[in-house]
Amino acid sequence: MTETLTDDMKLIVFQLKEKEYAIPVHQVNSIEKVLHITRVPGVAPYVKGVINLRGVVTPIIDLRRRFDLEEEPYTDSTRVIIAGFDDLEVGLIVDTANDVIDVNVNSIEPQPDVVGVKEAEYISGVVKLDRRLLILLDLKKVLNPHELKVNYGNEG
Amino acid sequence: MDVNQYLEVFIEESKEHLQSCNERLLDLEKNPEDMSIVNDIFRSAHTLKGMSATMGYEDLASLTHQMENVLDAIRNNKLHVTPDLLDIVFLAVDDLEAMVLSIADGGDGKRDVSEVVSKLKQIEKGETTAQLSSKAEVAAAVAEVDLGTIITSKIEYDEFESTVIQQSKEQGFEVFEITVSLREDCLLKAARVYMVFEVLEKIGEVIKSNPPVDQLEEEQFDQEFTVTIVSKDQLDDIKLKVMKVSEVDSVEIHPVILEIDRESQVSSGTLVEEEPKKGQKEDTYLPEQTQKKKQASPAKQQVNKTIRVNIERLDILLNLFEELVIDRGRLEQISNELKNQELHETVEKMSRITGDLQNIILNMRMVPVETVFNRFPRMVRQLARDLGKKINLEIIGADTELDRTVIDEIGDPLVHLIRNALDHGVETPEVRKANGKSEEGTVVLKAYHSGNHVFIEIEDDGAGINKDKVLTKALKNGIVNEQTAAALTDKEVYELILASGFSTAEKISDISGRGVGLDVVKNTIESLGGSVTIDSKLGKGSIFSIQLPLTLSIISVMLVEIEKEKFAIPLSSIIETAIVKKEDILNAHNQRVIDFRGKVVPLLFLKDIFEVPCQETEDHFYSVVIVRKGDKMAGLVVDSFIGQQEVVLKSLGNYLTNVFAISGATILGDGQVALIVDCNALIK
Repeated sequence: MTETLTDDMKLIVFQLKEKEYAIPVHQVNSIEKVLHITRVPGVAPYVKGVINLRGVVTPIIDLRRRFDLEEEPYTDSTRVIIAGFDDLEVGLIVDTANDVIDVNVNSIEPQPDVVGVKEAEYISGVVKLDRRLLILLDLKKVLNPHELKVNYGNEG
Repeated sequence: MDVNQYLEVFIEESKEHLQSCNERLLDLEKNPEDMSIVNDIFRSAHTLKGMSATMGYEDLASLTHQMENVLDAIRNNKLHVTPDLLDIVFLAVDDLEAMVLSIADGGDGKRDVSEVVSKLKQIEKGETTAQLSSKAEVAAAVAEVDLGTIITSKIEYDEFESTVIQQSKEQGFEVFEITVSLREDCLLKAARVYMVFEVLEKIGEVIKSNPPVDQLEEEQFDQEFTVTIVSKDQLDDIKLKVMKVSEVDSVEIHPVILEIDRESQVSSGTLVEEEPKKGQKEDTYLPEQTQKKKQASPAKQQVNKTIRVNIERLDILLNLFEELVIDRGRLEQISNELKNQELHETVEKMSRITGDLQNIILNMRMVPVETVFNRFPRMVRQLARDLGKKINLEIIGADTELDRTVIDEIGDPLVHLIRNALDHGVETPEVRKANGKSEEGTVVLKAYHSGNHVFIEIEDDGAGINKDKVLTKALKNGIVNEQTAAALTDKEVYELILASGFSTAEKISDISGRGVGLDVVKNTIESLGGSVTIDSKLGKGSIFSIQLPLTLSIISVMLVEIEKEKFAIPLSSIIETAIVKKEDILNAHNQRVIDFRGKVVPLLFLKDIFEVPCQETEDHFYSVVIVRKGDKMAGLVVDSFIGQQEVVLKSLGNYLTNVFAISGATILGDGQVALIVDCNALIK
């Protein structure tokens, strides 16, 4: 195995309110258009509901809502990134997703102190690429089921 | 040798053989004389021995070998089947099971079996001195004795024996029938018989005796007995040799002539005229029957040819099929819109085929409940011995089929209930006698289909449930208060024993009665979508009845609509649907209720509970689904009913667990997801 292969990392790039985010390609299973979402009552507000993903009921998270950005109606370019790790599989609603890029692992830097407000805790690093800045998301922290539980634990 | 690829097969087959050993051993206990059972066990043990030796599990092989020796001794009538003997054989099977399990878990299958092996050796040797020559039994081994039939003396030969006789003659041997009479004053008849046999063994081969050898051993004959022997010696020589045995009165001997055409078996075989003998017991042989049985069972196996399929593959198949069903729904819609005759016909045909396919796939996941039941006879036997009770377990309907997922879950609850029936239900033999019952208690385990459900009943004819005792205990443990206690029906009282923190047994025993068992049973069954009911008569016995859904993956639901959202309510919890006028709704302290057939039923507005976004519109009529949990009811208010449908139950996934009042989801024909309402969570 060559040096370059081990040091390269494929990232899926998507946009939320003009900012570019990225998650490693191995955590992404597919990218879908927005399907009919069935609302699930009594869960955290950023959980939009569930969809039928080829026979599997998959929860959908609105990333704008998750990062406390203002919500916008879905457009033709809105995409659902089906991502997951371990046994978890969720869909993430993003504005657009249209890029797969290779970055060198060494080019990933720790996040600068001031990037945004809320998203800071979900960020595992930033990648500077020419004139673009990609914000690398830590999927585990984005999903964090414990936080989810607190949000609807008092329901009922 | 690389054995890994065979390991899985080895483990599966070993388990099957051990299971069949267990079953047949229990049969043997009931019919100790039936040699065909011993043969079956022997065959299983033998196969097991061969397999484990090939795979290099030597402990397993050596223990099986020892067990085989004991079985061989039983088969050759050297040993008699006694409960104690069976105990040790069972012990050996237990050890074998433990070893196979350890191999399955990745262990080396080693285990200290020396104790069991030595016990088996003891049995094997223990009684060998008392035996008669083993060869004599070759023919007699499969014999059963019918003492009832008394006909004039002649030995009847079955097909096998006559073949032997014929073949011996072809090889230049003579076949003689020797009738030996002992002296009237002979004291040790068995010893004389033994000596006669010893003499005969030296001359030739004994192929048959009348009465059979085991009876001769026990001196169950008058003064004379008849032996058929194959020998090259002269008739007179044999006679003289036998006469040398002391206390022998007379010896009659004549050659056996077989009719070639054996159509008339009764008068066949021997030279009858020469020896009129009176009152000799005739044994009727059953080998032909056993042979038939043997022929029947392999034939049955051929019919039931099976292959093993991993359950995961079936799940994948089912998933793929569900997608097909969803696409079928879309196709149907499209064809309806396009109104193209040919398309319409094709889609219709596809619908029919997929319908059939659905049945087949669902049926593939069905497993006979036997797979759970077959471990109970062994357990009951052991428990009964431990408890000093006599218990007869009857199993009815073991071929009833249930979904694999249900099968996997019901094992433990059933174990609890059976232990409970044995420990608390059936009384000790003394008590039963005193109460005018037969000493042996009966526990009936019964499974049957009814509608979309499977019922499993555990019935015992024991002491029954003492209602007052249950109530007192429940009050003491704070499970009910006195007011509610007074209003409870008998059945409700019985069901209190399923509540957690309840144990009526005065003393806690190892077997059951920690007060944790029965509420676990109830919880498990309810989590499977089933229910437990109890009926009991004091002094007569109790019935625990478990109702289970046929399958967990497909359920019948009532689809309802609230605004634009669709929800599914399981039919199993619905009593009925009703349209209620607004005026009929009453207010009872912040809670809106209706009067439903004389009962006050609280109303739950699903719109509020599920926070359905909607504009407030007050209707004059409410659509209400009356649901129940146990005896409690509630009315769920919805916007409209869509209809009844069979749906595939799906979980919400690992991310959304424990969503309030939602037990899962399903995918409707149009590809949308509908949530399934958990009525049990809505009623408190």
